[in-house]
Amino acid sequence: MTDLEKRKSKEFMTMFLPRATIARRLAAFQSRRQASTVVLIEHRGDSGINQGSLAAITAARTLNQDLHFVVPSASKELPSNIAKQITGLAPAAVHLAVHSSFARPPVPETLAPFLQDAIKATDASHVFAAHSAFGKSVMPRVAAALDVAPISDILSITPDGQTFERAIYAGNAICTVKSNDSVKLITVRTTAFDKASSTDGASDSKVSVIDGSPDEITTFEKEELQKSDRPDLATAKVVIGGGRALKSSENFEMLNTLAGKLNAAVGASRAAVDAGYVDNSLQIGQTGKIIAPELYIAIGISGAIQHLAGMKDSKVIVAINKDADAPIFQIADYGLVGDLFKLIPELTEKV
Amino acid sequence: MALKVLVGCKRVIDYAVKIRVRPDKLGVVTDGVKHSMNPFDEIAVEEAVRMKEKKIAKEVVVVSCGPAQSQETIRTALAMGADRGVHIEIPADQMTVLQPIHVSKILAKLAEKEAADVVMLGKLAIDDDSNQTAQMTASLLDWPQGVFASKVEQKDSGLEVVREVDGGLETIKINLPAVLSADLRLNEPRYATLPNIMKAKKKKIEKIKPEDLGVDVAPRIEVVSVEDPPVREAGQSVGDVDELLGKLKDKGFSS
Repeated sequence: MTDLEKRKSKEFMTMFLPRATIARRLAAFQSRRQASTVVLIEHRGDSGINQGSLAAITAARTLNQDLHFVVPSASKELPSNIAKQITGLAPAAVHLAVHSSFARPPVPETLAPFLQDAIKATDASHVFAAHSAFGKSVMPRVAAALDVAPISDILSITPDGQTFERAIYAGNAICTVKSNDSVKLITVRTTAFDKASSTDGASDSKVSVIDGSPDEITTFEKEELQKSDRPDLATAKVVIGGGRALKSSENFEMLNTLAGKLNAAVGASRAAVDAGYVDNSLQIGQTGKIIAPELYIAIGISGAIQHLAGMKDSKVIVAINKDADAPIFQIADYGLVGDLFKLIPELTEKV
Repeated sequence: MALKVLVGCKRVIDYAVKIRVRPDKLGVVTDGVKHSMNPFDEIAVEEAVRMKEKKIAKEVVVVSCGPAQSQETIRTALAMGADRGVHIEIPADQMTVLQPIHVSKILAKLAEKEAADVVMLGKLAIDDDSNQTAQMTASLLDWPQGVFASKVEQKDSGLEVVREVDGGLETIKINLPAVLSADLRLNEPRYATLPNIMKAKKKKIEKIKPEDLGVDVAPRIEVVSVEDPPVREAGQSVGDVDELLGKLKDKGFSS
């Protein structure tokens, strides 16, 4: 009998299978096709789950699949700082990546094997993380191990989870891409998605531990974080950006005073950072932070392409600059030409 | 230590150029447009050359994937102080679908072939803004990654790397061999001097095809379209602080 004949006779025989058997096989087939979605959860101390991870959850929820969280933890229990928040987000299951080194910021080389195992165990078709420094570091590492092409910094995702938008050329073009990989590793632009909120009264999620003891080829030694009373630059509703025209770090204090009255965060252009007026972590731009506050006030910033890449999605943009021809005025909703050393104190007083 | 360093560099549209989306909406206009070495790669090349000057590295090999014009980029790196170059030949029309997954495989294979101790790349290319290649290369080689590096120093038998992260700086200790990616503040690249540009003409550039390294460059991600971003409507100028505050109040911002 040829293969074709064998197949045809099998199909012919299927017609005579009991209905229950057919139903059972169909159900098994459908559940095999039911892939899941994994979200990598970043969290830190008192601040709970990172805003970026909450945006990643929203992106993940676009797909109608079981949601699984992978949470780095130093112990076999759900970290207490996020336990309630996690429950309120109602994932189908929580997978703890347990390693003693995760008591401090996890190192991508150590976390990657755990994430890989979770992807296999959950039969994940999509894996989401924030496009944070950590997300950017670990997701491509896992993608390479799975031989798939990661998709970074997405602005949108279609409900079927196949097509994505992302910015290229510092946001001067938007590229729509389609991935044919069976597992998609995706990082999400925090400002492009609403932050998922926790609801009360959800029942505890199933928590399991991912086993693993990867080689530690990299060790975390220390971190120096910018301490500030100001709201976080990446998520503040109002941001004031200072440029090189501020001329000194002392003058940046002027912006801090104004920011205090507006409950705003303070950021800076690359020129101001390079001149040493503020710390690197305040840089807004293509190679710094991408922000999209309700209100962005650009002070003494000329508006280079690379800076615009970091803030042009702000709802309202105000520009204050001495130079009427500064490019920033082309994208500002309200432009005020004048000497910032006179205008900022006036604005601070009147606000 | 005497490390062998493999530095990757990419020829991209110059950072100062205002890009235009192609009428066929499948890419941006590249014909007749000024191209240069990706700024982050300049920093990577500079760091590698400094390592050689500090006698931490013994040889710097620079590699670039692209069409014939990529050789100009390699020559620039050679003029900055790299010892020899490798040009991975990719036809111009394939450049839009050459992705980090392919480049990382090429770099990994090349790193093995060259017995490199360090692979040094720029953190991201300013055209596709991916920020993936270094991480993927490290993963394929199962090496540590010191990505977004703003400082790299020898420590014991490995390297201490200070990284630029979201809230500030992070210091890690990594074993060798390793993959590093340069962030903006790692160094300030030198300009190639005329004598060095002349010397660079004599340095060797080896030509290899991806197939020679056993790498398949079939596209994994399909570009559906490339469009202009949403345009912001023109704004208005205000005369003074009072007018500005008035407008903001109308917009719903109350102090």
